[in-house]
Amino acid sequence: MNLAAVSGSLAAVGYGLAAIGPAIGIGLIFSAYIQATARQPESAGLTRSYLFLGFVIVEALALFGIAFGFVWQAGK
Amino acid sequence: MSQVRILAEGVPWPPSVGEFYLPGWMYPWVTKFTVLVWIAVAIVLAFFLLSYRRPKLVPSRAQWMAEWLYGFGRDSISREMIGREGLPFAPYITSLFAFILVMNLFTIVPFFQIPPTSHIAFPAILALITWVLYNWVGIHRHGFFRYLKLMTMPPAPLWLMPLLIPLEFFSNFLLRPFTLSIRLFANMFAGHFILLVFTLGGFVLASSSSLFIKPISVLSFVMVILMTFLELLVAALQAYVFALLSALYVQQSLSEEH
Repeated sequence: MNLAAVSGSLAAVGYGLAAIGPAIGIGLIFSAYIQATARQPESAGLTRSYLFLGFVIVEALALFGIAFGFVWQAGK
Repeated sequence: MSQVRILAEGVPWPPSVGEFYLPGWMYPWVTKFTVLVWIAVAIVLAFFLLSYRRPKLVPSRAQWMAEWLYGFGRDSISREMIGREGLPFAPYITSLFAFILVMNLFTIVPFFQIPPTSHIAFPAILALITWVLYNWVGIHRHGFFRYLKLMTMPPAPLWLMPLLIPLEFFSNFLLRPFTLSIRLFANMFAGHFILLVFTLGGFVLASSSSLFIKPISVLSFVMVILMTFLELLVAALQAYVFALLSALYVQQSLSEEH
């Protein structure tokens, strides 16, 4: 007896799982930036480029998920 | 599936690679991407040449924009990331930023509606240029073997080296151009995808036979508008990030230790 069956591509589910980690990471980065800016407003410009650097490096992990979903397409 | 094909009348369904070919004599050779890239090149060239043809002490609006753009590439990216040595790289960083920005903005320009950067070839070549640049700069500055040593051997205890050298080599020489191109590509590709999903979804919902489903299409079209503004943000951010990371890599090649 099948309790649950999935048809079609599981890549979407996989990508959803893969995006959890980067989502948490990006949340931490922006929360740290907001805290730093709230404590020291004049440092906002100083830390902005580091904000984007950290953001894009973590974001790359989520984007790998998109790319590899197509690269390792099953049965094609 | 067949239902969708009937419902989304006038909308090419399912969208395929065939959409990118232009009609006429240029059939297999000139695609939409080719034309868009040349348009982007023409826009960037014409903008900088025309706005700076007769520079005045009190700048006109176009000259002010060009100066602001170059000042942004020089001060906010090159000088901030690389330092005083960054000035020679400012033209490269600025033109990279302007070129990618124009290409990315095509994602929301009517009738273009696809950025050339959502085709992996273009980000890959741009990342390759940056890869060659930062390696060349590093080798020019430190010499080949010293540069290799600087890039692969961080200051760490000796017993960690067997682990660190392959990791650093992998990350600095192989992963960097890869992530640089994938980041730009996947962002623009996903953005294009999201716009397409909500637009086509709106058409499909609007032509539904059920009276309860029809109004939901309004929600889908509202999402298209919101996502278009988000795409504007993403386009500018990704161009900035590409230039920023290029400057960072050059800085790490130039520095004595990192």
